[in-house]
Amino acid sequence: MNRLGIGGWAILVLAGLFFATPLVMTAVFSLWEGGSHYGFSVYKLLWHSPKLFEAMALSIELALATVAALVLLLVPAMIFMNLAAPRLRPLFEFIATLPFVVPAIALVAGLSALITGPDWLIGTPFYLVIPYFFLALPYAYRSIDVGIRAIDLTTLTEAGQSLGAGMGQIIVMVVLPSLRSAMVGSALLTLAVVFGEFTFANVLLFHTYAVYLNEIGQHEVTAAAALSAASFLLTWIAMLGVLLAGGGRAAPPGVR
Amino acid sequence: MRQAPIGWLFIGAFLLVCAVFLIAPTAMLAVQAITDDDGLTLEYVRELASYRYVTAFEHSLYLSVLSATVGVVAGGLIAFAVLKEDAPRWLRSVVTSFAAVAANFAGVPLAFSFIATVGSLGLLTSLLKNAGIDLYGMGFSLFSIPGLTLVYSYFQIPLMVIIIIPAFEAMRPSWREAAENLGASNLQYWRMVGLPVLAPSLLAGWILLFGSAFSAYATAYALTSGNISLVTTEISAVLSGNISSEPQVGAALSVGMIVVMVLVLALSQFLSKRAARWAVKS
Repeated sequence: MNRLGIGGWAILVLAGLFFATPLVMTAVFSLWEGGSHYGFSVYKLLWHSPKLFEAMALSIELALATVAALVLLLVPAMIFMNLAAPRLRPLFEFIATLPFVVPAIALVAGLSALITGPDWLIGTPFYLVIPYFFLALPYAYRSIDVGIRAIDLTTLTEAGQSLGAGMGQIIVMVVLPSLRSAMVGSALLTLAVVFGEFTFANVLLFHTYAVYLNEIGQHEVTAAAALSAASFLLTWIAMLGVLLAGGGRAAPPGVR
Repeated sequence: MRQAPIGWLFIGAFLLVCAVFLIAPTAMLAVQAITDDDGLTLEYVRELASYRYVTAFEHSLYLSVLSATVGVVAGGLIAFAVLKEDAPRWLRSVVTSFAAVAANFAGVPLAFSFIATVGSLGLLTSLLKNAGIDLYGMGFSLFSIPGLTLVYSYFQIPLMVIIIIPAFEAMRPSWREAAENLGASNLQYWRMVGLPVLAPSLLAGWILLFGSAFSAYATAYALTSGNISLVTTEISAVLSGNISSEPQVGAALSVGMIVVMVLVLALSQFLSKRAARWAVKS
Protein backbone atom coordinates (compact mmCIF):
# COMPACT_ATOMS: atom_id res chain seq x y z
CA MET A 1 0.00 0.00 0.00
CA ASN A 2 2.74 2.40 0.94
CA ARG A 3 4.46 2.29 -2.44
CA LEU A 4 5.80 5.06 -4.58
CA GLY A 5 3.83 3.95 -7.64
CA ILE A 6 3.25 5.74 -10.93
CA GLY A 7 1.59 8.74 -9.28
CA GLY A 8 4.55 9.28 -6.98
CA TRP A 9 7.07 9.08 -9.80
CA ALA A 10 4.95 11.43 -11.90
CA ILE A 11 4.97 14.02 -9.10
CA LEU A 12 8.73 13.75 -8.70
CA VAL A 13 9.46 13.93 -12.43
CA LEU A 14 7.20 16.95 -12.86
CA ALA A 15 8.84 18.66 -9.89
CA GLY A 16 12.27 17.84 -11.29
CA LEU A 17 11.32 19.43 -14.62
CA PHE A 18 9.88 22.52 -12.96
CA PHE A 19 12.99 23.08 -10.86
CA ALA A 20 15.60 22.14 -13.45
CA THR A 21 14.17 24.08 -16.41
CA PRO A 22 14.86 27.65 -15.21
CA LEU A 23 18.38 26.70 -14.12
CA VAL A 24 19.32 25.04 -17.41
CA MET A 25 17.64 27.76 -19.47
CA THR A 26 19.35 30.51 -17.48
CA ALA A 27 22.75 28.88 -17.90
CA VAL A 28 22.24 28.45 -21.66
CA PHE A 29 20.76 31.93 -22.03
CA SER A 30 23.85 33.45 -20.38
CA LEU A 31 25.96 32.01 -23.21
CA TRP A 32 23.85 33.66 -25.89
CA GLU A 33 25.75 36.27 -27.92
CA GLY A 34 22.99 37.34 -30.25
CA GLY A 35 21.67 35.53 -33.33
CA SER A 36 22.78 31.93 -33.15
CA HIS A 37 26.16 32.64 -31.56
CA TYR A 38 26.96 31.15 -28.21
CA GLY A 39 30.08 31.67 -26.10
CA PHE A 40 31.58 32.95 -22.90
CA SER A 41 31.89 36.64 -23.83
CA VAL A 42 29.51 37.81 -21.10
CA TYR A 43 31.54 36.01 -18.46
CA LYS A 44 34.75 37.58 -19.77
CA LEU A 45 33.10 40.99 -19.69
CA LEU A 46 31.88 40.49 -16.13
CA TRP A 47 35.27 39.24 -15.04
CA HIS A 48 36.73 42.60 -16.06
CA SER A 49 34.02 44.66 -14.41
CA PRO A 50 35.40 46.45 -11.34
CA LYS A 51 31.91 47.61 -10.34
CA LEU A 52 30.77 44.01 -9.99
CA PHE A 53 33.64 43.12 -7.70
CA GLU A 54 33.16 46.27 -5.64
CA ALA A 55 29.51 45.38 -5.13
CA MET A 56 30.35 41.77 -4.31
CA ALA A 57 33.06 42.82 -1.87
CA LEU A 58 30.61 45.13 -0.11
CA SER A 59 28.00 42.38 0.15
CA ILE A 60 30.55 39.93 1.54
CA GLU A 61 31.75 42.49 4.10
CA LEU A 62 28.16 43.19 5.15
CA ALA A 63 27.42 39.47 5.45
CA LEU A 64 30.51 38.91 7.62
CA ALA A 65 29.66 41.95 9.76
CA THR A 66 26.13 40.62 10.27
CA VAL A 67 27.50 37.25 11.37
CA ALA A 68 29.83 39.07 13.77
CA ALA A 69 26.87 41.03 15.17
CA LEU A 70 24.94 37.80 15.72
CA VAL A 71 27.87 36.18 17.49
CA LEU A 72 28.68 39.19 19.66
CA LEU A 73 25.17 40.40 20.47
CA LEU A 74 22.66 37.58 20.09
CA VAL A 75 24.59 34.50 21.25
CA PRO A 76 25.85 35.93 24.59
CA ALA A 77 22.46 37.49 25.32
CA MET A 78 20.74 34.13 24.74
CA ILE A 79 23.25 32.23 26.87
CA PHE A 80 22.91 34.63 29.79
CA MET A 81 19.15 34.80 29.41
CA ASN A 82 18.98 31.03 29.80
CA LEU A 83 21.39 31.05 32.72
CA ALA A 84 20.37 34.07 34.70
CA ALA A 85 16.98 35.29 33.55
CA PRO A 86 14.73 32.57 32.13
CA ARG A 87 11.85 34.90 32.99
CA LEU A 88 12.88 36.96 29.96
CA ARG A 89 12.33 34.04 27.58
CA PRO A 90 8.83 35.18 26.45
CA LEU A 91 10.26 38.62 25.64
CA PHE A 92 13.08 37.04 23.61
CA GLU A 93 10.60 34.82 21.78
CA PHE A 94 8.45 37.84 21.00
CA ILE A 95 11.41 39.79 19.64
CA ALA A 96 12.49 36.82 17.53
CA THR A 97 9.05 36.58 15.86
CA LEU A 98 8.76 40.34 15.25
CA PRO A 99 10.82 40.40 12.04
CA PHE A 100 8.38 37.87 10.60
CA VAL A 101 5.39 40.06 11.45
CA VAL A 102 7.06 43.29 10.36
CA PRO A 103 8.02 42.80 6.69
CA ALA A 104 11.41 44.10 5.61
CA ILE A 105 9.88 46.90 3.57
CA ALA A 106 7.86 48.05 6.61
CA LEU A 107 10.92 47.95 8.86
CA VAL A 108 12.91 50.02 6.40
CA ALA A 109 10.03 52.52 6.22
CA GLY A 110 10.08 52.77 10.02
CA LEU A 111 13.85 53.05 10.16
CA SER A 112 14.01 55.83 7.62
CA ALA A 113 11.22 57.71 9.40
CA LEU A 114 12.77 57.40 12.84
CA ILE A 115 16.50 57.48 12.25
CA THR A 116 17.61 60.46 10.23
CA GLY A 117 21.10 60.87 11.61
CA PRO A 118 23.88 61.07 12.61
CA ASP A 119 25.70 60.79 9.35
CA TRP A 120 28.45 58.48 10.64
CA LEU A 121 25.69 55.95 11.25
CA ILE A 122 23.33 56.22 8.30
CA GLY A 123 25.86 57.50 5.76
CA THR A 124 27.88 54.30 5.59
CA PRO A 125 26.76 51.00 4.02
CA PHE A 126 27.48 49.34 7.35
CA TYR A 127 24.26 50.92 8.59
CA LEU A 128 22.68 47.96 6.74
CA VAL A 129 24.11 45.58 9.34
CA ILE A 130 21.36 46.75 11.73
CA PRO A 131 18.40 45.67 9.56
CA TYR A 132 20.34 42.57 8.43
CA PHE A 133 20.74 41.59 12.07
CA PHE A 134 16.95 41.53 12.37
CA LEU A 135 16.61 39.78 9.02
CA ALA A 136 18.72 36.92 10.37
CA LEU A 137 17.30 37.07 13.90
CA PRO A 138 14.29 34.70 13.60
CA TYR A 139 16.14 31.67 12.29
CA ALA A 140 19.43 32.36 14.06
CA TYR A 141 17.43 32.56 17.30
CA ARG A 142 15.59 29.34 16.49
CA SER A 143 18.71 27.34 15.66
CA ILE A 144 20.75 28.62 18.64
CA ASP A 145 17.76 28.01 20.92
CA VAL A 146 17.63 24.41 19.74
CA GLY A 147 21.36 24.17 20.36
CA ILE A 148 21.07 25.57 23.89
CA ARG A 149 18.16 23.29 24.79
CA ALA A 150 20.12 20.28 23.55
CA ILE A 151 22.88 20.86 26.10
CA ASP A 152 22.13 21.11 29.80
CA LEU A 153 23.38 24.64 30.21
CA THR A 154 22.84 24.92 33.98
CA THR A 155 24.56 21.62 34.78
CA LEU A 156 27.47 22.44 32.49
CA THR A 157 27.89 25.84 34.13
CA GLU A 158 27.66 24.47 37.67
CA ALA A 159 30.14 21.73 36.80
CA GLY A 160 32.49 24.38 35.48
CA GLN A 161 32.02 26.55 38.55
CA SER A 162 32.65 23.67 40.94
CA LEU A 163 35.91 23.05 39.11
CA GLY A 164 36.82 26.66 39.76
CA ALA A 165 36.27 28.17 36.32
CA GLY A 166 35.06 31.74 35.94
CA MET A 167 32.02 32.68 33.93
CA GLY A 168 34.08 33.84 30.94
CA GLN A 169 36.10 30.63 30.93
CA ILE A 170 32.96 28.50 31.08
CA ILE A 171 31.38 30.29 28.15
CA VAL A 172 34.47 30.25 25.96
CA MET A 173 35.64 26.74 26.83
CA VAL A 174 32.42 24.83 27.48
CA VAL A 175 29.29 26.52 26.16
CA LEU A 176 30.47 27.95 22.84
CA PRO A 177 32.13 24.71 21.64
CA SER A 178 28.92 22.79 22.25
CA LEU A 179 26.95 25.39 20.29
CA ARG A 180 29.39 25.23 17.39
CA SER A 181 27.23 23.39 14.87
CA ALA A 182 24.18 25.58 15.59
CA MET A 183 26.33 28.67 15.16
CA VAL A 184 28.05 27.53 11.98
CA GLY A 185 24.69 26.60 10.48
CA SER A 186 23.07 29.94 11.18
CA ALA A 187 26.22 31.81 10.14
CA LEU A 188 26.26 30.21 6.69
CA LEU A 189 22.53 30.80 6.27
CA THR A 190 23.04 34.44 7.26
CA LEU A 191 25.87 34.76 4.75
CA ALA A 192 23.65 33.43 1.97
CA VAL A 193 20.67 35.61 2.88
CA VAL A 194 22.60 38.83 3.43
CA PHE A 195 24.68 38.35 0.30
CA GLY A 196 21.55 38.39 -1.84
CA GLU A 197 19.56 40.92 0.20
CA PHE A 198 17.89 43.57 -1.91
CA THR A 199 15.07 45.32 -0.03
CA PHE A 200 17.04 47.32 2.53
CA ALA A 201 19.97 48.05 0.23
CA ASN A 202 17.74 49.27 -2.58
CA VAL A 203 15.58 51.56 -0.45
CA LEU A 204 18.51 52.93 1.55
CA LEU A 205 20.49 53.41 -1.72
CA PHE A 206 23.57 51.31 -1.07
CA HIS A 207 25.33 49.57 -3.91
CA THR A 208 25.34 45.92 -2.91
CA TYR A 209 25.54 42.85 -5.13
CA ALA A 210 21.77 42.44 -5.51
CA VAL A 211 21.29 46.13 -6.31
CA TYR A 212 24.04 45.91 -8.92
CA LEU A 213 22.45 42.77 -10.37
CA ASN A 214 19.09 44.50 -10.65
CA GLU A 215 20.69 47.49 -12.39
CA ILE A 216 22.58 45.39 -14.90
CA GLY A 217 19.48 43.28 -15.52
CA GLN A 218 17.53 46.27 -16.76
CA HIS A 219 19.68 46.55 -19.91
CA GLU A 220 21.99 43.52 -20.18
CA VAL A 221 19.83 40.43 -19.85
CA THR A 222 22.53 37.88 -20.65
CA ALA A 223 24.86 39.31 -18.01
CA ALA A 224 22.02 39.16 -15.50
CA ALA A 225 21.41 35.55 -16.44
CA ALA A 226 25.09 34.75 -15.95
CA LEU A 227 25.12 36.34 -12.51
CA SER A 228 21.85 34.62 -11.57
CA ALA A 229 23.35 31.25 -12.43
CA ALA A 230 26.42 32.14 -10.39
CA SER A 231 24.20 33.20 -7.48
CA PHE A 232 22.49 29.84 -7.55
CA LEU A 233 25.85 28.09 -7.32
CA LEU A 234 26.88 30.31 -4.41
CA THR A 235 23.62 29.57 -2.58
CA TRP A 236 24.23 25.89 -3.22
CA ILE A 237 27.71 26.06 -1.69
CA ALA A 238 26.44 27.91 1.38
CA MET A 239 23.59 25.44 1.89
CA LEU A 240 25.92 22.49 1.46
CA GLY A 241 27.88 23.97 4.35
CA VAL A 242 24.70 24.36 6.41
CA LEU A 243 23.73 20.74 5.75
CA LEU A 244 27.19 19.51 6.69
CA ALA A 245 27.24 21.66 9.85
CA GLY A 246 23.76 20.55 10.85
CA GLY A 247 24.52 16.87 10.35
CA GLY A 248 22.17 16.47 7.40
CA ARG A 249 19.32 18.51 8.81
CA ALA A 250 17.86 20.96 6.28
CA ALA A 251 18.02 24.51 7.59
CA PRO A 252 14.99 26.73 7.86
CA PRO A 253 15.25 29.36 5.18
CA GLY A 254 15.53 33.03 5.81
CA VAL A 255 13.02 35.83 5.52
CA ARG A 256 12.78 37.59 2.23
CA MET B 1 22.79 30.86 41.11
CA ARG B 2 25.74 33.18 40.94
CA GLN B 3 26.21 34.98 37.71
CA ALA B 4 28.54 37.65 36.53
CA PRO B 5 26.96 41.10 36.17
CA ILE B 6 28.50 41.11 32.70
CA GLY B 7 25.67 38.78 31.72
CA TRP B 8 23.15 41.53 32.33
CA LEU B 9 25.29 43.83 30.20
CA PHE B 10 24.94 41.47 27.23
CA ILE B 11 21.20 40.96 27.78
CA GLY B 12 20.76 44.71 28.16
CA ALA B 13 22.75 45.48 25.01
CA PHE B 14 20.70 43.06 22.94
CA LEU B 15 17.38 44.35 24.28
CA LEU B 16 18.50 47.96 23.76
CA VAL B 17 19.42 47.35 20.12
CA CYS B 18 16.08 45.62 19.53
CA ALA B 19 14.18 48.42 21.26
CA VAL B 20 15.88 51.22 19.33
CA PHE B 21 16.13 49.67 15.88
CA LEU B 22 13.25 47.20 15.72
CA ILE B 23 10.49 48.09 18.15
CA ALA B 24 10.80 51.88 18.05
CA PRO B 25 10.74 52.05 14.20
CA THR B 26 7.66 49.82 14.18
CA ALA B 27 5.94 52.01 16.76
CA MET B 28 7.03 55.04 14.75
CA LEU B 29 5.10 53.70 11.75
CA ALA B 30 1.92 53.54 13.78
CA VAL B 31 2.43 57.09 15.08
CA GLN B 32 3.37 58.47 11.67
CA ALA B 33 0.35 56.89 10.01
CA ILE B 34 -2.08 58.91 12.13
CA THR B 35 -0.30 62.24 12.59
CA ASP B 36 0.72 65.19 10.48
CA ASP B 37 1.99 68.70 11.22
CA ASP B 38 -1.33 69.70 12.78
CA GLY B 39 -1.67 66.70 15.09
CA LEU B 40 -3.83 63.62 14.82
CA THR B 41 -5.46 62.81 11.51
CA LEU B 42 -7.12 59.87 9.85
CA GLU B 43 -6.47 61.27 6.39
CA TYR B 44 -3.68 58.82 5.56
CA VAL B 45 -5.45 55.79 6.91
CA ARG B 46 -8.44 56.80 4.81
CA GLU B 47 -6.17 57.00 1.77
CA LEU B 48 -5.69 53.24 2.07
CA ALA B 49 -9.27 52.94 0.87
CA SER B 50 -8.39 54.64 -2.41
CA TYR B 51 -8.59 52.53 -5.55
CA ARG B 52 -4.81 52.43 -5.96
CA TYR B 53 -4.07 50.97 -2.55
CA VAL B 54 -7.08 48.69 -2.36
CA THR B 55 -5.84 47.17 -5.63
CA ALA B 56 -2.34 46.77 -4.21
CA PHE B 57 -3.65 44.96 -1.14
CA GLU B 58 -5.91 42.78 -3.30
CA HIS B 59 -2.98 41.84 -5.55
CA SER B 60 -0.69 41.09 -2.60
CA LEU B 61 -3.28 39.00 -0.77
CA TYR B 62 -4.31 37.13 -3.91
CA LEU B 63 -0.70 36.39 -4.85
CA SER B 64 0.18 35.28 -1.31
CA VAL B 65 -2.87 33.03 -0.88
CA LEU B 66 -2.40 31.54 -4.35
CA SER B 67 1.34 30.89 -4.09
CA ALA B 68 1.08 29.62 -0.49
CA THR B 69 -1.65 27.18 -1.53
CA VAL B 70 0.33 25.98 -4.55
CA GLY B 71 3.36 25.62 -2.28
CA VAL B 72 1.51 23.63 0.39
CA VAL B 73 -0.13 21.25 -2.11
CA ALA B 74 2.89 20.70 -4.37
CA GLY B 75 5.41 20.71 -1.52
CA GLY B 76 3.26 18.31 0.47
CA LEU B 77 2.94 15.92 -2.48
CA ILE B 78 6.67 15.99 -3.18
CA ALA B 79 7.55 15.33 0.46
CA PHE B 80 4.93 12.57 0.55
CA ALA B 81 6.33 10.90 -2.58
CA VAL B 82 9.95 11.13 -1.52
CA LEU B 83 9.26 9.57 1.88
CA LYS B 84 7.56 6.47 0.48
CA GLU B 85 9.18 3.28 1.71
CA ASP B 86 10.47 2.22 -1.69
CA ALA B 87 11.71 5.64 -2.77
CA PRO B 88 15.49 5.44 -3.13
CA ARG B 89 17.51 6.88 -0.23
CA TRP B 90 19.65 9.05 -2.51
CA LEU B 91 16.53 10.66 -3.91
CA ARG B 92 15.56 11.83 -0.44
CA SER B 93 18.93 13.50 0.16
CA VAL B 94 18.87 15.09 -3.29
CA VAL B 95 15.38 16.50 -2.69
CA THR B 96 16.08 17.82 0.81
CA SER B 97 19.37 19.45 -0.11
CA PHE B 98 17.97 20.92 -3.30
CA ALA B 99 15.00 22.24 -1.31
CA ALA B 100 17.36 23.99 1.10
CA VAL B 101 19.07 25.71 -1.83
CA ALA B 102 15.96 26.62 -3.83
CA ALA B 103 14.09 27.93 -0.78
CA ASN B 104 16.92 30.41 -0.32
CA PHE B 105 17.29 31.22 -4.00
CA ALA B 106 14.92 34.14 -4.12
CA GLY B 107 14.96 37.79 -4.95
CA VAL B 108 16.66 39.41 -7.90
CA PRO B 109 18.57 36.36 -9.26
CA LEU B 110 15.39 34.29 -9.22
CA ALA B 111 13.53 37.00 -11.12
CA PHE B 112 16.20 37.15 -13.82
CA SER B 113 16.32 33.37 -14.11
CA PHE B 114 12.64 33.36 -14.95
CA ILE B 115 13.02 36.30 -17.33
CA ALA B 116 15.74 34.34 -19.14
CA THR B 117 13.45 31.31 -19.27
CA VAL B 118 9.86 32.42 -19.81
CA GLY B 119 10.23 36.17 -20.24
CA SER B 120 8.93 37.54 -23.54
CA LEU B 121 12.40 36.90 -25.07
CA GLY B 122 13.17 33.94 -22.83
CA LEU B 123 14.75 30.76 -24.08
CA LEU B 124 11.81 28.48 -23.30
CA THR B 125 9.41 31.02 -24.78
CA SER B 126 11.29 31.03 -28.09
CA LEU B 127 11.79 27.25 -28.10
CA LEU B 128 8.06 26.75 -27.62
CA LYS B 129 7.34 29.38 -30.26
CA ASN B 130 9.44 27.44 -32.76
CA ALA B 131 7.45 24.37 -31.82
CA GLY B 132 4.25 26.27 -32.59
CA ILE B 133 3.23 27.17 -29.06
CA ASP B 134 3.01 30.91 -28.54
CA LEU B 135 2.93 31.36 -24.74
CA TYR B 136 2.40 35.10 -24.82
CA GLY B 137 -0.09 34.79 -27.66
CA MET B 138 -2.05 32.44 -25.40
CA GLY B 139 -2.35 35.16 -22.80
CA PHE B 140 0.45 34.08 -20.49
CA SER B 141 2.66 36.77 -19.09
CA LEU B 142 5.48 36.48 -16.59
CA PHE B 143 4.63 39.99 -15.50
CA SER B 144 1.19 39.16 -14.16
CA ILE B 145 -0.21 37.59 -11.00
CA PRO B 146 -0.16 34.05 -12.50
CA GLY B 147 3.37 34.73 -13.73
CA LEU B 148 4.48 35.94 -10.31
CA THR B 149 2.83 32.89 -8.74
CA LEU B 150 4.92 30.68 -11.01
CA VAL B 151 8.09 32.46 -9.92
CA TYR B 152 7.17 32.44 -6.22
CA SER B 153 6.45 28.70 -6.45
CA TYR B 154 10.15 28.25 -7.04
CA PHE B 155 10.87 29.15 -3.42
CA GLN B 156 7.46 28.36 -1.89
CA ILE B 157 7.38 24.66 -2.85
CA PRO B 158 10.88 23.87 -1.48
CA LEU B 159 10.08 25.88 1.65
CA MET B 160 7.07 23.64 2.22
CA VAL B 161 9.12 20.50 1.56
CA ILE B 162 11.58 21.55 4.28
CA ILE B 163 8.81 22.35 6.76
CA ILE B 164 6.65 19.30 6.18
CA ILE B 165 9.20 16.47 5.92
CA PRO B 166 9.73 16.27 9.72
CA ALA B 167 5.94 16.13 10.21
CA PHE B 168 5.63 13.26 7.71
CA GLU B 169 8.54 11.45 9.36
CA ALA B 170 6.84 11.75 12.75
CA MET B 171 3.86 9.73 11.50
CA ARG B 172 4.30 6.20 12.77
CA PRO B 173 3.79 3.25 10.41
CA SER B 174 1.96 1.54 13.29
CA TRP B 175 -0.92 4.01 12.94
CA ARG B 176 -1.46 2.93 9.38
CA GLU B 177 -1.13 -0.72 10.32
CA ALA B 178 -3.64 -0.28 13.14
CA ALA B 179 -6.06 1.44 10.75
CA GLU B 180 -5.61 -1.33 8.17
CA ASN B 181 -6.19 -4.02 10.78
CA LEU B 182 -9.43 -2.32 11.68
CA GLY B 183 -10.41 -2.50 8.00
CA ALA B 184 -9.80 1.12 7.00
CA SER B 185 -9.24 1.89 3.34
CA ASN B 186 -6.38 4.13 2.22
CA LEU B 187 -8.79 7.04 1.83
CA GLN B 188 -10.31 6.45 5.27
CA TYR B 189 -6.84 6.35 6.82
CA TRP B 190 -5.95 9.72 5.34
CA ARG B 191 -9.31 11.32 6.10
CA MET B 192 -9.56 10.12 9.70
CA VAL B 193 -5.94 9.71 10.83
CA GLY B 194 -3.35 11.15 8.46
CA LEU B 195 -4.73 14.56 7.67
CA PRO B 196 -5.99 15.40 11.19
CA VAL B 197 -2.53 14.57 12.56
CA LEU B 198 -0.83 16.64 9.85
CA ALA B 199 -3.32 19.54 9.99
CA PRO B 200 -1.42 21.75 12.46
CA SER B 201 1.85 21.34 10.52
CA LEU B 202 0.16 21.98 7.17
CA LEU B 203 -1.46 25.09 8.61
CA ALA B 204 1.79 26.35 10.11
CA GLY B 205 3.47 25.77 6.76
CA TRP B 206 0.76 27.67 4.91
CA ILE B 207 1.14 30.63 7.28
CA LEU B 208 4.90 30.74 6.80
CA LEU B 209 4.48 30.57 3.03
CA PHE B 210 1.82 33.26 3.10
CA GLY B 211 4.13 35.51 5.09
CA SER B 212 7.10 34.92 2.84
CA ALA B 213 5.05 35.78 -0.26
CA PHE B 214 3.25 38.72 1.35
CA SER B 215 6.48 40.40 2.44
CA ALA B 216 8.46 39.50 -0.71
CA TYR B 217 9.72 42.58 -2.45
CA ALA B 218 12.89 41.95 -4.42
CA THR B 219 11.47 39.33 -6.77
CA ALA B 220 8.38 41.40 -7.53
CA TYR B 221 10.39 44.60 -7.94
CA ALA B 222 12.88 43.09 -10.38
CA LEU B 223 10.12 41.35 -12.34
CA THR B 224 7.33 43.83 -12.63
CA SER B 225 9.16 47.17 -12.30
CA GLY B 226 5.86 48.71 -11.34
CA ASN B 227 3.60 46.92 -13.82
CA ILE B 228 1.65 45.24 -11.06
CA SER B 229 1.15 47.13 -7.87
CA LEU B 230 1.79 45.13 -4.72
CA VAL B 231 1.80 46.60 -1.23
CA THR B 232 5.56 46.15 -0.93
CA THR B 233 6.32 47.89 -4.22
CA GLU B 234 3.86 50.70 -3.37
CA ILE B 235 5.66 51.30 -0.07
CA SER B 236 9.01 51.42 -1.84
CA ALA B 237 7.59 53.84 -4.42
CA VAL B 238 6.54 56.16 -1.60
CA LEU B 239 9.90 55.80 0.16
CA SER B 240 11.97 56.52 -2.92
CA GLY B 241 9.79 59.47 -3.84
CA ASN B 242 8.80 57.99 -7.19
CA ILE B 243 5.21 59.04 -6.67
CA SER B 244 4.06 62.28 -5.12
CA SER B 245 2.81 60.79 -1.90
CA GLU B 246 3.32 61.84 1.68
CA PRO B 247 5.63 59.57 3.70
CA GLN B 248 2.67 59.05 6.01
CA VAL B 249 0.98 57.02 3.27
CA GLY B 250 3.95 54.66 3.28
CA ALA B 251 3.64 54.35 7.05
CA ALA B 252 -0.09 53.65 6.79
CA LEU B 253 0.57 50.96 4.15
CA SER B 254 3.25 49.40 6.35
CA VAL B 255 0.90 49.34 9.32
CA GLY B 256 -1.67 47.72 7.05
CA MET B 257 0.81 44.95 6.21
CA ILE B 258 1.64 44.39 9.86
CA VAL B 259 -2.07 44.20 10.70
CA VAL B 260 -2.58 41.57 7.99
CA MET B 261 0.35 39.52 9.32
CA VAL B 262 -0.91 39.73 12.91
CA LEU B 263 -4.43 38.72 11.85
CA VAL B 264 -3.14 35.75 9.85
CA LEU B 265 -0.95 34.60 12.75
CA ALA B 266 -3.81 34.96 15.23
CA LEU B 267 -6.13 33.03 12.95
CA SER B 268 -3.56 30.25 12.59
CA GLN B 269 -3.09 30.01 16.36
CA PHE B 270 -6.84 29.71 16.77
CA LEU B 271 -7.21 27.12 14.00
CA SER B 272 -4.23 25.02 15.04
CA LYS B 273 -5.60 24.82 18.60
CA ARG B 274 -8.89 23.57 17.19
CA ALA B 275 -7.11 21.16 14.84
CA ALA B 276 -4.97 19.82 17.66
CA ARG B 277 -8.04 19.30 19.84
CA TRP B 278 -9.82 17.49 17.07
CA ALA B 279 -6.86 15.22 16.43
CA VAL B 280 -6.76 14.14 20.06
CA LYS B 281 -10.48 13.45 20.22
CA SER B 282 -10.89 11.36 17.07
